Amino acid sequence: MGEWWTTETSMENYEISSISHVTMSPSRRNNLVSMYSFPLSKSSYSVISAFCTEDNIPQCISYINQELASLGLSSTCIEAISPGDTGLSTVPALNAMYELLQIHRRSMCNLEELEREQLRKSSTLEHIQMSNTRLKDQLELSIREKSGLHETERQLQLKIKTLQSCLKTEKDEVQKLQSVIASRASQYSHDAKRKEREAVKLKERLSQLLIDRKDKKLAIDVLNCLGRADGKRRHWKTTKATSSHEDEMYKSLLSDYEASQRSLMLENAELKKVLQQMKKEMMHILSPRQPSTRGATADDSQEQADLDGEAKGGDASRESLDQYCEHAREQLTNSIRQQWRKLRNHVERLDSQGTSQNQLESNKEVIPRETHEDEMERMRCEVQQCREFIHAQQQLLQQQLNTSFDDETAALLNDCYTLEEKERLKEEWRLFEEQKRNFERERKNFTEAAIRLGREKKAFEEDRASWLKNQFLNMTPFTHRRRYSSSDGQSALSISKSVASNGLNLTKITASLRVEYL
Amino acid sequence: MNFSEVFKQTNQLCKVSPDGKYLATCVQYRLVVRDVSTLQILQLYTCLDQVSHMEWSSDSLFILCAMYNRGLVQVWSLEQPDWHCKIDEGSIGLVSSRWSPDGRHILNTTEFHLRVTVWSLCTKAVSYIKYPKACQKGIDFSRDGRYMALAERRDCKDYVCVFVCDDWHLLRHFETETQDLAGLEWSPNGCVLAVWDSCLEYKVLLYSLDGRLLSTYSAYEWSLGVKSVSWSPSSQFLAIGSYDEKVRILNHITWKKITQFEHPAIIDNTKATVYKEAEKRPGVGSDEMPLHNITMGATLFNTQSKYEICPLPVQIPVVKPDPDRASPKIGISVLAFSSDSRYLATKNDNMATAVWVWDMQKMSLEAVLEQTSAVRCFQWDPLRPRLALCAGNTKLYLWSPGGCVSVQVPTEGGFQVQSLNWHCSGDSLILLGKEQLCLCYMDTDQEDNCSPDKNM
Repeated sequence: MGEWWTTETSMENYEISSISHVTMSPSRRNNLVSMYSFPLSKSSYSVISAFCTEDNIPQCISYINQELASLGLSSTCIEAISPGDTGLSTVPALNAMYELLQIHRRSMCNLEELEREQLRKSSTLEHIQMSNTRLKDQLELSIREKSGLHETERQLQLKIKTLQSCLKTEKDEVQKLQSVIASRASQYSHDAKRKEREAVKLKERLSQLLIDRKDKKLAIDVLNCLGRADGKRRHWKTTKATSSHEDEMYKSLLSDYEASQRSLMLENAELKKVLQQMKKEMMHILSPRQPSTRGATADDSQEQADLDGEAKGGDASRESLDQYCEHAREQLTNSIRQQWRKLRNHVERLDSQGTSQNQLESNKEVIPRETHEDEMERMRCEVQQCREFIHAQQQLLQQQLNTSFDDETAALLNDCYTLEEKERLKEEWRLFEEQKRNFERERKNFTEAAIRLGREKKAFEEDRASWLKNQFLNMTPFTHRRRYSSSDGQSALSISKSVASNGLNLTKITASLRVEYL
Repeated sequence: MNFSEVFKQTNQLCKVSPDGKYLATCVQYRLVVRDVSTLQILQLYTCLDQVSHMEWSSDSLFILCAMYNRGLVQVWSLEQPDWHCKIDEGSIGLVSSRWSPDGRHILNTTEFHLRVTVWSLCTKAVSYIKYPKACQKGIDFSRDGRYMALAERRDCKDYVCVFVCDDWHLLRHFETETQDLAGLEWSPNGCVLAVWDSCLEYKVLLYSLDGRLLSTYSAYEWSLGVKSVSWSPSSQFLAIGSYDEKVRILNHITWKKITQFEHPAIIDNTKATVYKEAEKRPGVGSDEMPLHNITMGATLFNTQSKYEICPLPVQIPVVKPDPDRASPKIGISVLAFSSDSRYLATKNDNMATAVWVWDMQKMSLEAVLEQTSAVRCFQWDPLRPRLALCAGNTKLYLWSPGGCVSVQVPTEGGFQVQSLNWHCSGDSLILLGKEQLCLCYMDTDQEDNCSPDKNM
């Protein structure tokens, strides 16, 4: 059965597929019929004979009944006329066939309907698809339009901003102009008012004068005329004088111009000298680098040589021309510019090389760096040495101060250091003692002398007193007393002279007294 | 620094003779001549009325006293006190009077600037100059005294007349390209005449002695223009101060601007030192008041002050002028070069308490001095780069490249210094108050020893 179905279905499939392709054609039924007739005519017998044979009639019948039952046609059952007979009972068979036909027809109608429906649906689908694409296009278009509009809006906004700023500046300017106008107007009005006031005053004065008419004469009243400031006489006003004034004026102008021209020329010469010097120095700065650099500055050296030759050759003659020739001046400035450009390029190159730290090319750097490094090393060594030295000094100092660890040697050391001082000190002490002794001795002498002097003085006083007493007594008429008093004067004989002079004075006084008395 | 005693004066009329020996003061209608070193009265003259203007002749032998109310000018002689001279302008009135450079002629400007009368004291002759212009500075004498430039206004046009002072011969007469000439000034070497327009138009014209126009300079249009002009003593620079608070410097070779100095309210980004005056009030009964202050007669109201160096940025107080009024208080009104042309001192009317000192060698700001009150007057020492200024209070301020000092004027009763004048030798200063004057003698050896915080 299964095989039959497969072959059947394959055939059926072909038919159905052919049917489905032919959905559009109106003469479907005919086709169907023809389809029907087609397999019936051609291969129907073979198919049917495949399903049902003389042998399996009852199985076929039962199978068909089953199928009919499954289809829902329970009423009709195909039965054999008699078992074991090859014939069928016609009525149920025909009913079954009729029902099957009905079913078929119905299904055909359904199919038709469905096909029609499908057709309709597909057309609507197409229609919708078309409209969809159309709408999509429209959408895209409108999106593009929108973006375009956005763009224009943005530009317009920008334009608005610039216009607003312009407007602001214009407003500011207008304000400024207005303020200027206002200030000018106020100044004008102020001036006009001033002039008006003056005019009014003039008018008043004029009227006053016309009325007054007293006419105070203007006059100068000088006691005596003065001489001129420079003492010379006044000159007559002649044309010669006026022309001499003109001459003087022009002379002073000319001298001023000459002076300024001289100073300008000096300045010019100075500046030129400076420029020449600068040029020479720049060339000098650029040239020593030649031996150290081989590759990079080869072109430089060439140019250098050129310019050097130029300079050496033309310098002497150029210097004399410089003052007068503008062309030479230009040449000088141009050459300076060139040199400066070269120097600048050179420095820039050095800078870039320095930053890139390219060891191979920077010959000119290695050497300075090396020397730099050497210098640094040397200085470090020096610093180290100094430090060590200081450290040693410190240690020694500490050793000196720390006497605790060895008293004897420390004492000895101390002694050694202060020996000289001690000796000196001893010497001084000795001197001092000696002087002290001398002083003591002298003091003793002086005190003794003083004592002696005191005693002598006392003695002298006593002597004098007695001598005076003597004199006085001698003056008296009692002459017999004279002898007693003269013995007292013996001890003071050494100082006799002064005593004598004193005595003379005293006698003079006493004489005068006597005279008075008498 | 020594201060003399205080003398009376009226009208700020106090002048030292050109030879530096005598000091003439006017007290009401009297003219007092003193010796500068001893301040003893040498001569005393009596004028007919209160003196409005007083001037020494160039040879220091005569003094002119002008009385504008009466239209009279009296001239006195120092050598012969009996000699007298009286010039009566009569009904025509007198507005200004001055000496000619030779000291033998007097130029009187009549009222309403109708004419300038030239009186000769040698011959009693009179000359007239017609149509003089009434402006800020209409007459200027060259420094050597040979030429006089006079501004003339005829038929609504400005002219300049150049006279030879010898015999008042008109040397040159030329029209100027100004709308309304405001002033003219000779360069110190006498070869160039700077002429400037009124403030409504910024225009400075430079004429050679023979009347040729050398150059015109105009910085901008429409806004208010030139306020003040000054030549440097070496004649190398011409400084123009204008209402836009800037000073422009022209050079004498090309007459083009070489630099401009601005006066911003906030000073920043400069190597200049800003000195700010700081007052230190002595507290009542504080220990700080040293004895010598008390003995010098300082009252509690005489506040000591000193200068402090302010770190940048510094803000200078600005007073905005009234926009409706004419001649607004804004712009550079005073320019002064030091005698060696090294420094330029300027004052911006907007910032009346500040004096700006510019270095002309470096063309940059050197120092700014900010005072506590508005600066009244400042003047350079005639010999050294030393600036003296006063601010209407009892102090005298000195600036030099070494530093700044504030000195209290030790007078009783408070002497408000309104203006000052240097003696021609640079050794002393004459301080003028409202009705008083005082001399200040500098120590000649202490030139640059002023430091910012030293107080004397």
